[in-house]
Amino acid sequence: MTSETLAAAASAAPAGPNEFLRAQARWRWSEIAFWLATLLPFVLTPDYLILASQVAITALFALSLDLILGFSGIVSLGHAAYFGVGAYTAGLISVWGWGEPLTGLLAAGLAAGIVGYITSFVIARFRHLALIMITLGFCLLLQEAANDANWLTGGFNGLQGIQTWKLLGIFDFDLYGYTAYAYALAGLFVIFLVARRIIHSPFGLALRGIRENSARMPAIGAPILSHIRTIYTIAAIIAGIAGAMLTQTTETASLESLGFQRSADVLVMLIVGGTGRLYGGLIGAAVYMVARDQFSGLNPQFWYFWIGLLLIAIVMFLPNGILGGLELLARRLKVWP
Amino acid sequence: MSGSALSARGVNKSFGSLVVAADVNIDLPPGVRYALIGPNGAGKTTLINLMTGMLRPDSGRIVLGDEDITALPPEERVRRGLVRTYQINSLFPHLSALESVTLAVCERRRVAPTWWRPLTAYRYEIEEAHAILVRLALGPVCHRRTRELAYGQQRLLEIALALASKPKVLLLDEPAASVPREESRELFEAIAGLSRDITVLFIEHDMELVFRFASRIIVLVGGSVLMEGTPAEIAADARVRAVYLGEAHRVAVHG
Repeated sequence: MTSETLAAAASAAPAGPNEFLRAQARWRWSEIAFWLATLLPFVLTPDYLILASQVAITALFALSLDLILGFSGIVSLGHAAYFGVGAYTAGLISVWGWGEPLTGLLAAGLAAGIVGYITSFVIARFRHLALIMITLGFCLLLQEAANDANWLTGGFNGLQGIQTWKLLGIFDFDLYGYTAYAYALAGLFVIFLVARRIIHSPFGLALRGIRENSARMPAIGAPILSHIRTIYTIAAIIAGIAGAMLTQTTETASLESLGFQRSADVLVMLIVGGTGRLYGGLIGAAVYMVARDQFSGLNPQFWYFWIGLLLIAIVMFLPNGILGGLELLARRLKVWP
Repeated sequence: MSGSALSARGVNKSFGSLVVAADVNIDLPPGVRYALIGPNGAGKTTLINLMTGMLRPDSGRIVLGDEDITALPPEERVRRGLVRTYQINSLFPHLSALESVTLAVCERRRVAPTWWRPLTAYRYEIEEAHAILVRLALGPVCHRRTRELAYGQQRLLEIALALASKPKVLLLDEPAASVPREESRELFEAIAGLSRDITVLFIEHDMELVFRFASRIIVLVGGSVLMEGTPAEIAADARVRAVYLGEAHRVAVHG
């Protein structure tokens, strides 16, 4: 390609191809408003900061699932496996005498990333139903192994004696959850920025290509197995960090952290919020957990009735989740972005 | 070795008792415009699948330039310059035309695994993709989602995606399939205008287009090569007429 043709091509474009793509990656006011709103619990609902911290942690977990499911089309019903690996890694390090939270996060991310990388070699070769079964099987297998390894994990009773040191040596993890929420929110925001960068990178474009038409990808020279392994490992690292945050802020690690229930819950949250949008998992986690907190106060057993109803309604009437519905509404009212 | 851009040597393939390729030998010299013709079910698309690695031959070899690529997966063949398009559009419905072609350029230049830099930092790749789209008259619609493009434009996007991989050999599986006649001629003009560095083999049923745009023709029947030659030789051959041309041949000569 000569520079003349390039120059001619560039001048022929109305706004310039680069500028158009740049505009797609630009921050919208609705995004800025969203992140400002995440600070509101500190002033509006200070009694609910513990819940808020768990929402932020779960949102981070849902974000990691969105990277594989929403952006790459890789279905998983066992994503809690990596959350659990992170949760137990952070817990064990603390039990063994090192309760510093930030290094705990790094260790947990590393451990979950290694497990994710190893499993990704199997994951990358399957799709659809087979993938659901494999991820589910792996999750159940890991949970049972953790149950069996009583000496290491505390088995059914969970890991005992976890203590989290002061954050940065200054902020104690207080009973009201000020530190916990600030910690979880900061972690969520930083990793969100990384995820946002990923999806607006050449790699992010390749992931969308895999989601849109994985059969065509080899015909444009794309090594899709290696692409899938990379994003699966990244998602596992993020899930592991989320798991570690839950352990550190609650000072417990239990089998529940890597079970089927958590895998299914996070999938529901992501679908309710809207897949492939980065914010879907965040919104879904907030709606799901606040609703669970409210409904289960009325009748704990009855909670899943409402979740079932919500899920059916969303899939029937808002196939792109809450966020997809909002986008549609905004487009109708012509106020987007 | 032989100086061919692409060759198939003794390629066989069967699905159970159905023979789809029987001892196929093909040599495509560099820069030639080849048409691959034959009745429905002759194994034309199968042959493209075999050469591009979407299918593995039961026996025989595929050679690109002087490299035996028989064992290579499809994406490695693409990286070496053997690129195809599809008879039925196989595109990325929710990506814009520009994004699709940029993706293909990024894969070719091995920058697609980069996740820590924004796409917009890759100006060269984006502008190259845009230039390809402009050349194929897709410039004005390059920001539209693929699914919103007209059918003929989607056929052009198929070719644009292939060009983004900088092919040495381009295999076009019915590039003008289901395109109205007037538009299909434009499409073939675009193909004819491709650089002579690219060896082109296309499958096409419209004999008028075949005789106009191919410098050589391969006739495939029942999974084996019946004949290979110039359009004049093919048109004059009694066997070819008997099994295939018939009515279509007269259209080509008189129409």
